[in-house]
Amino acid sequence: MNALAVPSLRPGWRLQWEEAQGCHVLLYPEGMVQLNDSAGAILSLVDGERDVAALIDELTRRYPDASSDELAQDVIEFFVDALQQGWIHHD
Amino acid sequence: MTDVVRSRTGGASGIGPPLWLLAELTYRCPLQCPYCSNPLDFARYRDELDTDAWIDVMRQARAMGAVQLGFSGGEPLVRRDLEALVDEARRLGFYTNLITSGVGLTTARIDALRDAGLDHIQISLQAADAEVAAAVAGSAKAYAGKLAMARAVKSAGYPMVLNVVLHRHNIDDIDRVIALCDELGADAVELASCQYYGWARLNRAGLLPSRAQVERAEAVTREWRERLAARGRNMRLLFVVPDYHAERPKACMGGWGAIFMTVAPDGTVLPCHSARELPMPFPSVRDASLKEIWYASDAFNRFRGDAWMPEPCRGCSERHQDHGGCRCQAYLLTGDAAATDPVCSKSPRHELIVQALDESSADHREVEGLISRHARNSRILCRG
Repeated sequence: MNALAVPSLRPGWRLQWEEAQGCHVLLYPEGMVQLNDSAGAILSLVDGERDVAALIDELTRRYPDASSDELAQDVIEFFVDALQQGWIHHD
Repeated sequence: MTDVVRSRTGGASGIGPPLWLLAELTYRCPLQCPYCSNPLDFARYRDELDTDAWIDVMRQARAMGAVQLGFSGGEPLVRRDLEALVDEARRLGFYTNLITSGVGLTTARIDALRDAGLDHIQISLQAADAEVAAAVAGSAKAYAGKLAMARAVKSAGYPMVLNVVLHRHNIDDIDRVIALCDELGADAVELASCQYYGWARLNRAGLLPSRAQVERAEAVTREWRERLAARGRNMRLLFVVPDYHAERPKACMGGWGAIFMTVAPDGTVLPCHSARELPMPFPSVRDASLKEIWYASDAFNRFRGDAWMPEPCRGCSERHQDHGGCRCQAYLLTGDAAATDPVCSKSPRHELIVQALDESSADHREVEGLISRHARNSRILCRG
């Protein structure tokens, strides 16, 4: 997964905020992933149009207190993991 | 069906909300599979909830936090209001799954369901062989229709899970089953070892595969996983191990009244779709709200936590992993719903499993010799 890759959710999968669970969940056929805060924040921005670099920029703007190097590293690690888990794919 | 991956730690103590609602819209079904999970006495329950009552059930469940919704049965396509129910469910924010035999599906209905917002269609296949499939389902023409509809579901853009119930009559053909699912374009395949409840319990001796059959099927599945990965083909293969061949029981439904709730066709609310077989009363949406039923009913609280557990579960370090196994299985095998699931090798009644395997190895019936699931047999078996 490089900075120019454009991630998107797998077709038919859906991200939504669930008040009862107090978290974002990723919904797929007959299953659900309960996401932690940072995973929810990252996946909420995934729109199938922006590449990883643009997503990192956006997150850096939203979370100015975070160290930008660490944030970039976390986001990339998350996407590698999400790809491996089959939550997302990219072009 | 209760696949919840928790990537977060912790969680609230006490009773959590239901996350899954299984809406069994009807017990009517054009097929007659001898391993059907519906209760033996299904023919008794003809008074189905109407459209408005189902919509009310869905609203209540969604307000409580349920987010995964399965439309099941019987065959849910028998209900002419299915599209209206899907439409409302999707508007409420549910992820909507249609769990169907594919019989009754047409391209027009696939489109109408898509327009209503249906998220996913799961189709069951009986076998990769038309003759075996016909013998199992009791229908010679269902098989070709299923394959055509599976192709139509994929071309309509749905994610598709194919479900194949494995038993001794089709498990040796697992290579062809997986190849067929691959060819049909499945996103995932549930290779679901038959679970022995309802009609499957009745036909158990003629359905249970041998350990050698299971081991070979697992090996073939592993090979397929490698081949699919090498091709970059993203088709998940979920092999559900038959618990009669396991050392420990399954964590049935993630625990009694933990995340899962079934509403039966007549409005009875159950912690799983087999629980109706237990010798205890279950509440109905006709008499109480889902919230009262989930949090406060005797039925839903009966096997929550671990205070109800007998030994060896009570002192077992694994009791919070498997919750003592399955209550229905404990009852069906021992006559005591609060017993340790006999599948567990620590159960004092584990010999019941050994006996069942022995009994089945001496059973040489073909599929045609099993008892078909249909209304006439239901009435004969459950008179009075």
